Amino acid sequence: MSTEESTIARSELRWTAVVFAAIGVVFVAIVSATLVFHEQPPSHRETIDPTTMHLAGEFAEGNLGTSLGPDGGVTTRIVATQFAFVPQCAVVPQGKPVTFRFASPDVIHGILITGTNVNTMVVPGYVSEVHTVFAESGDYLMPCHEFCGLGHGEMMAHIRVVPPAQFNPDKNGKVGCGPR
Amino acid sequence: MVPARRLVLAYLWTAFTVFAAAVVLGVWQMWVRSPIAAPFSTPDNYYLSVTAHGTAMAYVLTTFFIMGFGYYAAETALDQKVPGPRWAWVAYALGVIGVVMAIVTIFAGRASVLYTFYPPLTASVFYYLGLVLVVVGSWIWCVQMIAAMALWKRANPGKPVPLAMFATVSNAMLWLWTTAGVAVELLFIVIPAALGLTETVDVGLTRTLFSWTLHAIVYFWLIPAYIAFYTMAPRAAGGRLYSDTMGRLSFVLFLVCSLPVGMHHLFMDPEHSSGFKFVQMSLTVLVTVPTLLTIFTIPASLEIAGRMRGGTGLFGWIGALPWREPMVLATGLAFVMLWFGGGGGLINMSYAMNAMVHNTSWVTAHFHLIFGGTVVIMYFAIAYEIWPHLTGRAPVSPRGQCAQLWLWAIGMMVMTVPWHWLGLEGQWRRVAHFDYADPAIAGWAPWVDASVVGGVILLVSAAMFVANLLAFYADATVALRPVPPQRYAIAAHPPARVPAMFNGFGMWNVVVLVLMLCAYGYPIAQSFILPAPQANVHRMSGAS
Repeated sequence: MSTEESTIARSELRWTAVVFAAIGVVFVAIVSATLVFHEQPPSHRETIDPTTMHLAGEFAEGNLGTSLGPDGGVTTRIVATQFAFVPQCAVVPQGKPVTFRFASPDVIHGILITGTNVNTMVVPGYVSEVHTVFAESGDYLMPCHEFCGLGHGEMMAHIRVVPPAQFNPDKNGKVGCGPR
Repeated sequence: MVPARRLVLAYLWTAFTVFAAAVVLGVWQMWVRSPIAAPFSTPDNYYLSVTAHGTAMAYVLTTFFIMGFGYYAAETALDQKVPGPRWAWVAYALGVIGVVMAIVTIFAGRASVLYTFYPPLTASVFYYLGLVLVVVGSWIWCVQMIAAMALWKRANPGKPVPLAMFATVSNAMLWLWTTAGVAVELLFIVIPAALGLTETVDVGLTRTLFSWTLHAIVYFWLIPAYIAFYTMAPRAAGGRLYSDTMGRLSFVLFLVCSLPVGMHHLFMDPEHSSGFKFVQMSLTVLVTVPTLLTIFTIPASLEIAGRMRGGTGLFGWIGALPWREPMVLATGLAFVMLWFGGGGGLINMSYAMNAMVHNTSWVTAHFHLIFGGTVVIMYFAIAYEIWPHLTGRAPVSPRGQCAQLWLWAIGMMVMTVPWHWLGLEGQWRRVAHFDYADPAIAGWAPWVDASVVGGVILLVSAAMFVANLLAFYADATVALRPVPPQRYAIAAHPPARVPAMFNGFGMWNVVVLVLMLCAYGYPIAQSFILPAPQANVHRMSGAS
C-alpha cells in the first residue's frame, strides 16, 4: 500500500464518491417508494380538542368502532385513553381499504398492529389517520406502544379481520365484535 | 502526569459508578419482561427502573465521561492547563448535586416518566431541576473547551489545532446547539407545568422541541468514540492516521449534519405533515457520510500498521494487527457493532419503512448496539488507555481488559439480535409484562430468554470493567513503572497548515444556523401560527 500524500488524497476522494453513490441509491429508493408506491408515514395534520372530543362528533362514544360510510368506505374510530382503547375490539374486512382514525383525550399514546405496517403515534390535540389493507383474515393484537403512565402495559385492543362475506354492517352501517 | 488528573478521575469515576448500577437495573428489566418470574416485578418498580436506567446511561454516564475526557484531551493534546480550573470543579459540583436530586426523586417514585419525559405527563419538579443542573454544568465545560482552543490558537498562530482537541471542541459546539431544544422544552413548558403554574401543554410543540435534541445528543455521546478511532487506535496499532483532513471533515460533518434531522423520530407523529418529515429525512441521509468516511479512514490507518508489522496480501494485515491491545481490539469490536447498528439505523430513517419498526424492540436494539455497544466499548478502551496517565501505574498484562471487551461485545450481540427479530415480530416497547400464554406472543419466549442471557453477560463484563480499573490501585497486580506522557496518533502526512474552515468552527456555526432555520423554523412556528388544542397536564409526582 502506498502512503504517498497524493495517493492518500486520491483514494479518499474515490471512497467519498463511493459513499455518495451508496447514499444516493438509498435516497432514490426512498423517493421512488414515496412517489411511485405512495409509501409515506401517516402524516395527516388535523387537530381536535382533547378536553371536549368525547362530548360530540366522531369520537363521541356512539360513533366509535367500525362503520361503513355512505361512499362504501370503511372507517374505524378508536379512542386511546389511560389505560384502555375504546372500543377494545374492532372488526374490519379483509382485502379492502380501511381507514383508522385515533385520538387521545389525555396523554400521548401510540399503536401498532402486530404483523402489519400499521403504526402511528396518538398525540392529544391531533387526529391520527392510517390507511391500510389487510391481506389476511384473523385476530391481530393492537397494543399501546408509547409510555402513557403506570398502566401502559394494560392497554391492548384486538383487530378482527374477517372475510368480506362475514363483514355485515347493521342498518346504521356499524359493525362490532359482538360478545366475546 | 496530567495536571488535572484528580478532576478527570472524579468525573470518570462518577460516570462509571452510575453506569455499573444502571447495568444492574437494565438486566432486571429484561428479566421482568421475560417469561421467567422476577422479584419486585410491579409496574411501579418497572417504570421507576426504566427511568433510572435511561437517566443514568443517557445523561449521567455520557455527560460526566465526555466532560472528564474533554478536560483530559484539552490538557494532553494542547499541552497546556485548562483555563479556569476552578470552574471545572464548579461544573462537577453542579452535576453531582443535579444527579443526586434526580436520582433521589426517581427512587422516591415521583419521576416515573422515563428519561424522555412525555409531557403532558409530568414528574416532580426536582427531577427536571436536577437534569437542568447537569446541563448547566456541561455548558461551563463547553465554554472552557472553546476558550482552551482559542487560547492555544492565539499562542500558536497558523498551526493546526491537534485533531483530538479539534474534535472535542466540535463536540462542545454540538452540545450547545443540541441542548437548546430540550432546555426550552423544560424551562418554558415542562417545569412550569410541574410546578402547577400552567395546567395545559401543547404536546406537538414539546415533541418537536425534544426531537431537536434527540438525534444530535446521540452524536454528542458518540464523538469521544470517534476521537479514539482517529487519535488513539492508529497509534495503539503501531501505525499512523491515514488522513488528518478526513478526520477534521468528519467531525465538522457531525456538527453540521446531526442537528437538522431530529424529526426522523417523529415520522409516525400526527403534528407534522409529510413535507418537513421528508426534508429532515433527506438531511438524515447525509448524517451517514461522516461515519461512512470513518469506516474507510480508520481501517486504512490500521492497514498501515498491519503492513508495518509484516502483514502481507489483501487481508494478511488484519491478522498482523496487535489484537491484544485493548484499544485495537475495542476498535475492531466497535466496528462490528457499528455495522449492525448502523444498518438498522438506515432502516429506521427510511421514511415510510419506519412504520415497520417504530416503537418496537427493533429500535431498542438499534440504540443499544450503537450507544451501549460501539460508544460504550470505546469509553472502556479510552479508560484503559488513559488510566495509567491518571494514576501513574500500568497493569502488567492487558488480558483481563481484553476479556472484558470481548464479553461486552458478545453480550451486546446476544442481547440485541433477538431484540431486532422481536421488533420485526411486533414486540412493542416500554411494557413490563407480556402475556406469553397468548398464542400470538408465545413464540417470542425463547428469543426473550436468549436476550436475558446477553444481559447477564453484559453484567459480568461491567463488573470486570470496574475490577480492571480498581486493579490499577492494587499494588500487588500493578507494576509501578514510569508512564510516558499521553501521545496521540500522528497522521501519515501531518499537516503543516490547514484551511481556516478546518481549524475552527465560525463558518460551520453559520451553516448550522441556516440549516436549523430551514429544518425547524416552520415546524416550531406552526405551533404558534396554527396552534393545536392543548392537553391537560397529568402529574405523576406521587401523593402531593
